[in-house]
Parts: sequence; C-alpha cells; structure tokens
Amino acid sequence: MELLVKNGFVYDPLNGVNGEKMDIAIKDGKIVEKVNEQRAKIIDASGMVVMPGGVDIHSHIAGGKVNAGRLLRPEDHFKDFERKTTVTRSGVGYSIPSTFTTGYRYARMGWTTVMDPAMPPLEAKHTHEELSDTPIIDKASYPLIGDWWFVLEYLGRGDIEECARHVAWMLKTTKGYAMKLVNPGGLEAWGFGRNVCSLDDQVPNFGVTPREIIRGLCKVNKLLHLPHTIHVHTNNLGVPGNYLTTLETLDCVKDLADEGKPAMHITHCQFSAFKGDDWRTLESGAEEIAKYMNGHSHITMDMGQIVFTDTTTMTADGPFQYTLYTLTGNKWVNHDVETETSSGIVPFQYRPKSYVHAVQWSIGLELALLIEDPWKILMTTDHPNAGPFTAYPTIMTWLMSSKAREETLKKLNPKARSRSLLPSMDRELSFYEIAIVTRAGQAKALGLKDKGHLGVGADADIAIYNLSPETLNPSKDYEAIAEAFRKAAYTIKGGEVVVKDGEVLKHIEGTTIWLNVKTCEPCEIEVDTKMKEQFRKYWTVEYENYPVTEDYLAISHPIPVKADV
Amino acid sequence: MITLYPLKEFKVPVVAECINPDVFKEKNIAEIVQLKIWEGNKKRTLGELFKVEETETAGNQEEMKITLHGDLSKVRYIGASMTSGEIVVKGNVGMHLGEEMKGGKITVYGNAGGWAGSMMKGGIIEIHGNAGDYVGAPYRGKNEGIRGGKIIVYGNVGRETGAHMRKGLIKIYGDAGQFVGFRMHDGLIYVQNKCEANAGACMIDGAIAIGGSIESVLPSFTFEGVKKKFKIEEGEVIETPLYLFLGDLAENGRGKLYVAKAKNPQLSYYEKLI
Repeated sequence: MELLVKNGFVYDPLNGVNGEKMDIAIKDGKIVEKVNEQRAKIIDASGMVVMPGGVDIHSHIAGGKVNAGRLLRPEDHFKDFERKTTVTRSGVGYSIPSTFTTGYRYARMGWTTVMDPAMPPLEAKHTHEELSDTPIIDKASYPLIGDWWFVLEYLGRGDIEECARHVAWMLKTTKGYAMKLVNPGGLEAWGFGRNVCSLDDQVPNFGVTPREIIRGLCKVNKLLHLPHTIHVHTNNLGVPGNYLTTLETLDCVKDLADEGKPAMHITHCQFSAFKGDDWRTLESGAEEIAKYMNGHSHITMDMGQIVFTDTTTMTADGPFQYTLYTLTGNKWVNHDVETETSSGIVPFQYRPKSYVHAVQWSIGLELALLIEDPWKILMTTDHPNAGPFTAYPTIMTWLMSSKAREETLKKLNPKARSRSLLPSMDRELSFYEIAIVTRAGQAKALGLKDKGHLGVGADADIAIYNLSPETLNPSKDYEAIAEAFRKAAYTIKGGEVVVKDGEVLKHIEGTTIWLNVKTCEPCEIEVDTKMKEQFRKYWTVEYENYPVTEDYLAISHPIPVKADV
Repeated sequence: MITLYPLKEFKVPVVAECINPDVFKEKNIAEIVQLKIWEGNKKRTLGELFKVEETETAGNQEEMKITLHGDLSKVRYIGASMTSGEIVVKGNVGMHLGEEMKGGKITVYGNAGGWAGSMMKGGIIEIHGNAGDYVGAPYRGKNEGIRGGKIIVYGNVGRETGAHMRKGLIKIYGDAGQFVGFRMHDGLIYVQNKCEANAGACMIDGAIAIGGSIESVLPSFTFEGVKKKFKIEEGEVIETPLYLFLGDLAENGRGKLYVAKAKNPQLSYYEKLI
C-alpha cells in the first residue's frame, strides 16, 4: 500500500526540517524516497502541520499498578465513558483509562509510540497482556531494576559484570526496554518501614548506597549498550528541598558519560525540583536545575507537568505514596513486590488555589522554558501522576504562548503567583521545538532509530494537524492550537490512516518493542542455571512460569543488542 | 400538577431522569409525553410507559408538582438533580431517588431502593416506608457524600447510611443496618431504633445519635461521658441520658457517637471510667 502526504508544512527536527513545504512518501509501512503518484493514495495536507507520530517516554498505561488504580477508582470512570462504534470498542477514562481507550485517545492526538515506565518484573506478564490489548500505538516497558535484590547484592560486592549479566537476563525475561530506577535503595528500605534520605544512606541489609546503585547501573547500561540510558526517578522525590538531592544525582554520573551522549534520564523532574524546608516555605528549584542542565550535556529529562484536575498518583515509590496518603487522607494502595520493588497508589486532586500545587505547576514550566536546549527537556505529565496524557495539548499551549500561561496564572494562588518566575519569561516554543519535546527528542533519548523522524527508512508514523503556521499565531490563537492538537486531522500508523479529524477509523494492533540483549553464550547458560536455584529460595513463582515468552506479545518487535559481557 | 400512572408492570429497570419538576416546568402535556426514557436497553418516550394527566390545582401555581401512583420499584433516578418543586410518590420507588438533588421536596408513601438521596446538596426527601442501602451515600468509590439537605425515613434502612457525609441531616425512625455514618466528615445522623454494628467506622467529624440498642461500639472509639439530652434539630430533642463516644481514633477522628443509656445496659461498664 502506497501513500503520499502532499504539501504539508513538515517539522522533522531529527532531519533538520523546519516547516518546509514538502511531500512524504510511504510504502509498506516505511517512509520512502518516492512513490508512484498515480497508484498512491493522496492525502492533501496543504495548510496543515506534518510531524512524526508522537512519542511518550514516560506514561503509566499498563500493568498491575495501573489496573489496581482502575479497581480503586470506579468514580474516575463514572462520568467519562466511550460507547463502542463500528470500529472501536467501548471503554472508560479518565485518569486511568481502560486499555482500548488509552490506545484510541493517544492516536486521536497523533501519538503513536508510548513507553510504560514501571513494570515490576514479577508482574511483567500482566503488563504485557495489557500492552497487547492497547491498540494502535507501539509500546514498550521498563522493568524496575533499581531495588532488585540481585542488583543490590552484586553492586554491594562491586561486581559490575555479573550484575550486567543478570540485568540482561531480566530484560530478556521480562521483555523490557530499559532499566528503571525508582528512589534507588528507598524501595528496599520501605520493606522495613524506612526510606533513604540522601545519596549516601545505606540500604538496610545490603551495604550499598543509592549513589552506588545509580553509578553501578549506569556502568551496566554502558556494558550492555542499551539504546536508552538509565531511567531514574530520584531519591527524596516530592520532598521539599529535594532539588539538592537531584543536583547531586545529576552530578554523580558526570564522569561516566561518553562524549556528548547522555548517561541518565531524570524523569518527571518537576517533582524533584522543590526548594524550601517544608510545604509552607516550598519554592521552585527549577532555576538551579536549569542552570546545571544548561552547563552539562550528560542528562536528559522530562517535565512531569502538573495540570489542575482530579487524577490518580501511582509510582513504585512506596514511601512517597505513603506521604501522599498521610497528606490527603485519601484512599491508598500499598504493595510490596517480593524481591523486586514496592508500589503505591493514591487519588489526588491538583487545585490552582493550593499554594503547593500552584508552585508545582510553575516548576514544570519553568524547567521547560529555562533549559535552553529542548532536546534535554521533554514534555510529559508522568501520566497519570501529574495529570492524564489527554492534557498534552493544553501543556503545548502553555509552552507556545506566554498569554496562555498568563491566563492560567491569573487563576492561581496569589502567593504562588507572586513567586513564580513565569511572568518574567517571554520564551515561546516554536512548532519546531514542540516537535522536539513531543516526538523527536523523546525518540532520540530512547534510542529508537525508526521513530520520531520522517527520514527515508523510518516507520511511517505520522501526525497531521489542521493548523497553518502561516496564518496562525500560536502566541495569540492558543485555543485554536490546543483544539488542533487535541484532534489530529490524520494519524498514520505504520503506513495506515487510523485517525481522521479526531475519529478513529481503524482498530489495528501496535507492536511491543523489547531488547534482545545478547551476552556471551557460556555466561548466559550459567546465569540461567543459577537463577533456577535462586527461584527456589526467593520467589513465590516457579522459574518455568516466570519468563514472558515471545508468543505472549501481540506483535513482537525485538531489537537486537550486542553486549560487552 | 402532573400525575403519572405506569401503564404496565415494569420487568426491567427504567431510567427516568426526566421525571423531575425542573424538566416538566414550562412544558405542556404533549411535550412531556415525548420526553426520552430508557426501559432496559430500549429507548422509549414517557408517554409509552406512563399515562400522563394534568390536573388544575388551587394555590401555588409557580411550584411544579408531580404525583406518581403505583409500583415504581424498577424506576430509577426519579427527581435526580432537581432544584425546585415537589414529587409525591404513592407506591414504591427504585434506586437513586433524588440523586444529587439540590432543592425541592420528594415524599414517598412506600419503600425506596438503594442510594436514596445519594450525593444530595439540598432539599428534603421523606420516605414513609423503608429505604435500601446507601441512603445519602455517594456512588461507589467517591468520597463526597451528601453536602446538605435533609433525609427522613420513617421505616428501616439498609447498610452504610450517610457514608462520606459532609453536611446535612439524616433521620431514621426505624432500624439501621451496619456502618451508619461510615467515613462521615460532618453533619448529623439520627437512628431512633436498633442499630447494627460498626456505627461511625472511620468517621472524621460530625455526630451520630442512636436512640435504640446498638450491637457494639467500635474499639477505636473512646468513652467521653454521659450527656443528659441531645438536640437533633429545632424542636426535636431526645430527653434521655446518652453515652458519648469520640472517634474514630483509627483515623484521628473527632466525631461524636451518642448512644441511649437506657437501651444499652451492655455498655454500662463504661460508667466505671467516669
């Protein structure tokens, strides 16, 4: 099947294309040099913006945690439901949508690749079952490695290579894509009702510190040549004054970075940029973090931008969720995943009149605007922790228009408003920069070669928005911009038109991306035999039942990686 | 005044959000008959399921009054979200009576199903028979119960009456099931007769008064003393000694649980603590 997208204003930052009028040719799901114009189906994109399909580096869309959130919150679904149509299946929203609705809603906004960032390895099968049921979008998942007993044990001994072999085994076994570290060391400590408060606190029973875990896994990442860096949720997240911990975390892997290449991704940085001694004196630490980021190039980040709505917080950070529970008195799920990780869920409402929430809102945008290089700070809401992903168009208007920011600022808590740096900032992101923070930058940070750009050979995942950069002024007409981003004129996934004018035309399956890490053969067998023994000792499941086999994935898309160990 | 008579015995649930004085107001009979209503999974009009009659009434013509006759125990959402006017039901009604109601009055001369007055914000609901579970309680999972208004039940009620209540008054003149005032934040619940266990579980604030016997008081409540009387509202005072308990301490609550002394000799050992 051949397709030709004609006359659109193309924004393809990875190939340096900035709003030029050009045609994009598609054949067999890939972007090609040209197609036969007589035979190809033509999509007239004149007066429209053409971008690569959106990529989301961090969005909790599947797994045990998300599903527990759904069970916890029937009221979240009560008023937001979608009827079935002739092509789509029924489902519910809002902050924790059902699998089908998740896929459709992403596709309607022009997103085609989404990463689920927290998969407890023990619940990998559940996660993949849900991912396989999430239509249209391509997806992958990051196993939670940072507090796995074996990692703590080997890093405690300083045995990086052995650790790398085990991580490789885990990535293959769980069909994962990257290493996720959540409050490194803290989750293990939470198993004993404790937490770690600095990078140099000892993790109980293992004699290892968060700093050693982060540095160790950063080295492991290099040994295994994984496409993405380590994906870190910092220690002390959500604690006033934590920007110092964050700066220390950023600095602790500086020497491990290869020239110009990032060594670590800090996720939902907004939650890690709090200054002040307690909630009353909370202030933004965005300036300090942005200053560090502008001077260094070994880190990528995503925002974790707050939107004012009723949402559900869910992280593997058990101690942090406990804090939220004591703050709100709301419903709470607390869970310990055996030798691997912990997790928690608390429903949460962000209110513009609350001083703390208003400051948080400001922090996210300050980070995005103060960090000069858009490749370093990507747009997310840490769905659903800071807001559902359906709020992306609104966040884009905040980034693109200082007037849109002013409008929201007016509704904020006055004390927070007077302390916010935003009124003094007139930076407005262009369409080119928006394409970086929502797709190109995300794909680059993830090391996805075929995503996030429109060069020849790339996957034909394309989003077309009905707005003309010639006539529209994003700074003034921000409402029109939000509307256009909410409903993509066309979403093309793998060369097929799946969405037209915000309506899903077709229910197709997306692929599940995972890393097939090849270690040297003898050690592969060795790790396997060793793990068999360990399963008897530590796990509640049998070794034979643990791995996610390839036939478990609806459409498997392995990426081969050759490791150094 | 509009009077409705069901044309048949309903076998499946009927969702009748349109039976609401606000909707009927400023509509003539021909328009009212055409209102949309669900019978099971079939879309119907009000006229297909009910005989609709208009009668002239003397007195206040401003206020819309709807009277329903017959067995409506399958009919849900009667008077949901109403803000003014009056509904009188001579028979039983189904679930969600007066859900999220903001004003006006509903009187039922019969029994009501579950979730009567769920999440209401104002107005009065009077039920002369029994009511089901979750009187004045919110939808599953929600933590915003009733925020105002008054619910009076002259018969018995089921479980979780006034769960998550934030404000307002619920009076039960019969017996109550388990978990009266579960997680309530404020407001007042009065149960005149027998009350099953777990009253006030996880309550934060507000008051529950029980005039009859109670199965047991939760161990997470602390004994505060004996009060001589308790005022429910203007003109209604219980003139009998009551034990006062504070809790629920498991949630750091400051709620008050009053229990009639005379009907609960099993609690007399608390008096030693005075």
